[in-house]
Amino acid sequence: MSYFVNERGYYGDFGGAYIPEMLYPNVEELRQQYLGIINEPSFQEEFKALLKDYVGRPSPLYLAKRLSEKYGANIFLKREDLNHTGAHKINNTIGQILLAESLGKKRIIAETGAGQHGVATATVCALRGLECVVYMGEIDIKRQAPNVARMKMLGAKVVPATSGSKTLKDATNEAMRDWINNPVDTHYIIGSVVGPHPYPDMVSIFQSVISEETKKQLIEQTGKDQPDYVMACVGGGSNAAGMFYHFIDDENVKLIAVEAAGKGVASGLSAATTYLGKEGVLHGSRSILMQTPDGQVVEPHSVSAGLDYPGIGPQHAHLFKTGRVKYVSITDDESLDAGLLLTQLEGIIPAIESAHALAYLEYMEFKGGENVVVCLSGRGDKDMETYMKHFNL
Amino acid sequence: MNRLQQLFQNKKKDILSIYYTAGYPNLNDTLKIAQALEASGADFMEIGFPYSDPVADGEVIQGSSKQALDNGMTLEILFDQLKDLRKIVTIPILLMGYVNVVLQYGVANFCEKCQEVGVDGCIIPDLPMYEYEEMYHTCFAEHGISNIFLVTPQTSEERIRKIDGLSNAFIYLLSSAATTGKNLDVSTTARDYFARIQAMNLSNPLMIGFGISDKKTFDSANEYASGAIIGSAFVKSLNENDVEGSVKTFMKQFRG
Repeated sequence: MSYFVNERGYYGDFGGAYIPEMLYPNVEELRQQYLGIINEPSFQEEFKALLKDYVGRPSPLYLAKRLSEKYGANIFLKREDLNHTGAHKINNTIGQILLAESLGKKRIIAETGAGQHGVATATVCALRGLECVVYMGEIDIKRQAPNVARMKMLGAKVVPATSGSKTLKDATNEAMRDWINNPVDTHYIIGSVVGPHPYPDMVSIFQSVISEETKKQLIEQTGKDQPDYVMACVGGGSNAAGMFYHFIDDENVKLIAVEAAGKGVASGLSAATTYLGKEGVLHGSRSILMQTPDGQVVEPHSVSAGLDYPGIGPQHAHLFKTGRVKYVSITDDESLDAGLLLTQLEGIIPAIESAHALAYLEYMEFKGGENVVVCLSGRGDKDMETYMKHFNL
Repeated sequence: MNRLQQLFQNKKKDILSIYYTAGYPNLNDTLKIAQALEASGADFMEIGFPYSDPVADGEVIQGSSKQALDNGMTLEILFDQLKDLRKIVTIPILLMGYVNVVLQYGVANFCEKCQEVGVDGCIIPDLPMYEYEEMYHTCFAEHGISNIFLVTPQTSEERIRKIDGLSNAFIYLLSSAATTGKNLDVSTTARDYFARIQAMNLSNPLMIGFGISDKKTFDSANEYASGAIIGSAFVKSLNENDVEGSVKTFMKQFRG
């Protein structure tokens, strides 16, 4: 059983490139070239140097002692929140901007939900001096004003997506339309492990630095590179893809992916895709998505904008279907409580996305002494308004 | 031979096809529009079944799709509306929509239903060629459904040849790499591209679409193909209070 992409761009039944002909040449160019470019020694050298000196990698693997005491296991936090721009998203945008340069592209487009990927894209465009256009749902623009300002300050043009539900999925549609209309000079930096092949594979390769480092750090700290559990939150699934990457073939390591249940999986206001979704095609790949019986995409809900997506990447659909990864879900309220708990026990304010992964610790039964790695995918600065409102701070 | 293949056998020039979205402006306008189009001289038509995330479409067709969905349109309702189609409309009909809707309906069911109601072909822009070829080609053929492929200025010659081999009605030539609803600019580049495709002597006739909005753009497309397809400009012209009247008015410029 392989959990990785095959030559045709599929993970088991999922993946592929379901795109109109207008996008075919762009995607085909990428497909033919991405592995060759990424594997070039000069690319690797520059990618690694930027991750180290610009992003601040390796990110620490931190044994959270008071959290560990509370749950009766050794809880290690992979500190992606300490990266430049505050989340794991920058690992991917650094990789893709170098790739875009290799392909000779002059203009970068991206979609963003909460604005984290938009900021990470605008950041690398400023760094390399490339034109940047970020599509963001009109509703998200209103609820994420600080990130919109960051992108503008970084020189990006932020274009409101006014179609459909005016959130992340519509911003993605708009970015794809832009790419259709600008087929030659533009590279589209997708922010998650979604989209047509080769995006899911490419993005997970760039994010795989998370688990690569974690293995080394575990050896230093625990003497072995295999923990008992590895956990991460899943919206589209990019931090989870990176966090799981080098553990997927370690069958003894239990992998847990935490989706956003929103107000509850049965409430009609949820983003728990594996629970509520069915197989289908969204944004260029065959995966699992929330949809009506007629195949119309259903609007998700989560307090966390980063998890507010109606699908998951095709690799996740495969890991779910094969049972290699256990998919669970956490409600809005549970995630906010977990965010407060981490803040008060460890002095770390997590992004609400990451707090979903932490919240699942409440449901786990430990014998004692197990090693658990949780991906702390981002910091909570962007979420202060939500925390303040919820806890009357 | 289906109606579409027959049409292209009998008519080599000046073929006019009109696209509209089923369920727009009103849920039950589908057949009314079809009838009015035939009466005002359309050669065939493409009926779009709406999808929530139409990435290949510009604002006009996004809007009509959303309105159609708000009106309650589904593929199942569309097939139900079309069950008396062949009693009142004789020209070829294609269905056009995105792959997820077809997958949820079931490809085999879809083909069966198309044949049952008298649909002659379909355009599913995000259905990959390899998947069509390996999984659905036989099913489409068994039910006499022609699958139409798109070609853009960026499509390679090798790929166009492959598309030609898999097609049995016509090839849909996009005027430029763009979403629907942009205006056709018959620039030197576009002319070179049309001429290049024409010179390939493909076995299927060509229809030009995307950016065709009026008599002038229709005529210039006609120089390079068997005809042209109009979508956004037509959809935009539909008046919800007088659907038949607005069809007649729009068509007058072509078939006056």
